[in-house]
Amino acid sequence: MSRAEAGAEPRPAGPATLRLLGSELGILFRRWRTWAMFGALAAVPVLIGLAVRFSGRPPSGRGPAFLNQVTENGLFVGVVALVVCTPLFLPLTVSVVSGDTIAGEASLGTLRYLLVAPAGRVRLLAVKYASTALFCVAAPLAVVLGGTATGLVLFPLGQATLLSGAVIGPGEAFGRLLLMAGYSAVSLLGLAAIGLFASTLTGVPVGAMAATAVLAVVSQILGALDQLEWLHPWLFTHHWLGLADFLREPVAWDSLGQNALLQAGYAAFFAALAYGRFTTKDILA
Amino acid sequence: MSGPGGGSGGGAAIRTDALTKRFGAHTAVAGLDLEVPRGAVFGFLGPNGSGKTTTIRMLLGLVSPSAGRAEVLGEPIPDALRRVLPRVGALVEGPAFYPFLSGRANLERLDTADPLAPPRTRAARVAAALERVGLSHAARKRVHAYSLGMKQRLGLAAAILLPRELLVLDEPTNGLDPQGTREVRALIRSLADDGTTVFVSSHLLAEVEQICSHAAVLRAGRLVAQAELGALREGARFRFEVRTPDAAEAAEVLRRFGVEPEPAGPGIVAGVAAHALDGGGADRPAHDGVPPPEAVVAALVAAGVRVRGFSAGAGSLEERFVELTGEGFDVAG
Ligand SMILES: Nc1ncnc2c1ncn2[C@@H]1O[C@H](COP(=O)(O)OP(=O)(O)OP(=O)(O)O)[C@@H](O)[C@H]1O
Ligand SMILES: [Mg+2]
Repeated sequence: MSRAEAGAEPRPAGPATLRLLGSELGILFRRWRTWAMFGALAAVPVLIGLAVRFSGRPPSGRGPAFLNQVTENGLFVGVVALVVCTPLFLPLTVSVVSGDTIAGEASLGTLRYLLVAPAGRVRLLAVKYASTALFCVAAPLAVVLGGTATGLVLFPLGQATLLSGAVIGPGEAFGRLLLMAGYSAVSLLGLAAIGLFASTLTGVPVGAMAATAVLAVVSQILGALDQLEWLHPWLFTHHWLGLADFLREPVAWDSLGQNALLQAGYAAFFAALAYGRFTTKDILA
Repeated sequence: MSGPGGGSGGGAAIRTDALTKRFGAHTAVAGLDLEVPRGAVFGFLGPNGSGKTTTIRMLLGLVSPSAGRAEVLGEPIPDALRRVLPRVGALVEGPAFYPFLSGRANLERLDTADPLAPPRTRAARVAAALERVGLSHAARKRVHAYSLGMKQRLGLAAAILLPRELLVLDEPTNGLDPQGTREVRALIRSLADDGTTVFVSSHLLAEVEQICSHAAVLRAGRLVAQAELGALREGARFRFEVRTPDAAEAAEVLRRFGVEPEPAGPGIVAGVAAHALDGGGADRPAHDGVPPPEAVVAALVAAGVRVRGFSAGAGSLEERFVELTGEGFDVAG
C-alpha cells in the first residue's frame, strides 16, 4: 500500500495554524477570567494613584521605587505600578494562563477532541505558547494603560526627571513607559514556558498554575540570598526589576539584551520539555 | 493487503493485530484482533471496564499501544495519524465542550483545529451539522445550558462536520431519551447509507442490533466474539419453552419432536430444536427439522400436560451471543 495513493498530503498548515491561533486568542480573550485579571492589573495603578493623591502626605523616600516622582508627573503612576506588579501580580496572571494551556483543555475533555480533529500535538503546543506569549504582552500593557489613565486624571503631566538627572518631555516619557511594558513582557516569556510544561504534566489546571506561581516566588527568594550569588545570573527572575534601566539616559540596553537571552534560553528549554512530554503522553482525560 | 489506500474501496476500515494496552500491572486491552470491513456498521460491545474506550483511544492515537499494531483506513496508527484523522469523525467517552461558548462556536473551534477543513465553507458546514442532529434552535445557546442529550447531539455534529470515511462513536446514545436514541440510530443508518463505515461501541447489543451489520464482544479486554450479524441470525436455533408443573411429561413430548430439553428453572421446560434456521425469519420455522409450534402445543395438550405458558422463537441476538460466548453481557470486567 503506497503512501502516495493514500490521499493528499496535508497542505502547508501556515494560514490554518494562524487561524487556530486566532481561535485560541478568541477563547482566551472572551473568557471572563482573563478580563478579571486585566481589571485587577489595571486597578493596581488606580489604587496607587488614589493613595498618593488623597493621603495628603507628600511621599517620602520609602515605599515603592519612584513613588516620590508621581506627584510631579502622572506617568510615573504606571512606572510605580509596573514595579509593584513585577514580583508577584504579573507572574501570577501568567501562571494562571500558562498553567491552563494544556491542563485546562484536558480537564474540560476538549483536549481529546482537539487532537482527534486533528490539531496535531506540536501545532497545538505552539499555538498555546504563542497565545500565552501574547498574554504576556497584554498583561503589562493593562498596568501601563491603567497607570497612564490614572496619572492623567489625578496628576499634572509635567517633565520627567530620569535616574541620571536628565529631563524628558511627556511624549518621550510615555514611550519609555511602553518600552518598560515590553521589557516586562519579555521577562515573563520564560515563566510562560515553565507554565506550559507544568500544564502538560497534569490534568488539573489549578495544580499547574500553582506550581508555576510557586516557582516564580522560589526563584525570587533564591535571588535574594547572597550566599547563592553564583546562581543569580541563571535565575529567570534575575533581570525582572531591570525595568529601571529605561529611566536612564541613554537607555541601558544591555540589561534588555541579557534578559532576552536568558528568557529565550528558559523558553527553549521548557518548550523542549513540554514537547517531549506532550508528544508522548497518553491522553486519558 | 492489496486494495488501494485511498477511497472507500477494498481493505478493512480498521484492522488491529494483537493490540494491547497495559496500565501498570492492569491489562485494559489484551491482544485484540479486530477487523472492521469498509461500509460496515460495526457494534463494539462489552460491559463497563471491558476496554472499549481504551481501544478507541488507541485507534485515534490518543493513547499509544503497549504492544501490537493497528491500522485505520489502510494506514498504520499512530504513524499516519495526520493523514488518517481528517477522514475520521469521533465521539470518545462522552461529549466535551467549552461551556462558555455557544454550540456553534464550539463546532467552529473544532473545525478550525483541523488544518484540512476549508474555512470558506465552515459556517455552512457547522449549520448543516447542527441541523442534521436537530440542534439548530440551540446553536446560539451556551453549551453550559445544554442538557446531556443536547451535548451528545453536539458531539455527533462535531463528528460529521466533514464527510468522513469512518465514524468512531463511543456510546453515542448515552444520555439520550428514547426519541433521541431512535434519532441517533436513524442518523447512523443514513450515514452508513452514504458509505461511511461506522464503529459504534455500546453496553447493549439490543441497543445497536437493528443498525449493525457486524458485532464484536469484548470482555475484560479480550475479544470473545466477532461476527457478521446476518450469519449469527442464520445460525440461531429455534427454541421452545413450556411453563408447566408436569415437567417430566413435557420433556418427553419435546423429545419426540427432536428437541432436547434442558433444565431452565422451576416449572419451566425448554429446549432447542436440532436444526438451525436458514435466516428466513425468526418467527416461523422454515426448516423441515423444526417442528411447527402449533403441533408441539397440540401434542403437549394431548399428553395431558398442563400448559400454563408456551413460547417458540429464535431468541434475541443477545441470547445467541451468550450462547456463543457462554456468558452474559452484564458480567463485570
Ligand atoms: N488511566 C487509566 N489508568 C489505569 N487504568 C485505566 C485507565 N483508564 C482505563 N483503565 C482501566 O482500563 C479498563 C478498560 O477501561 P475502558 O474505559 O476502556 O472501559 P470501557 O469498556 O470503555 O468501559 P465503559 O463501558 O464503562 O465506558 C478498566 O478496567 C479501567 O479500570
Ligand atoms: Mg467507555
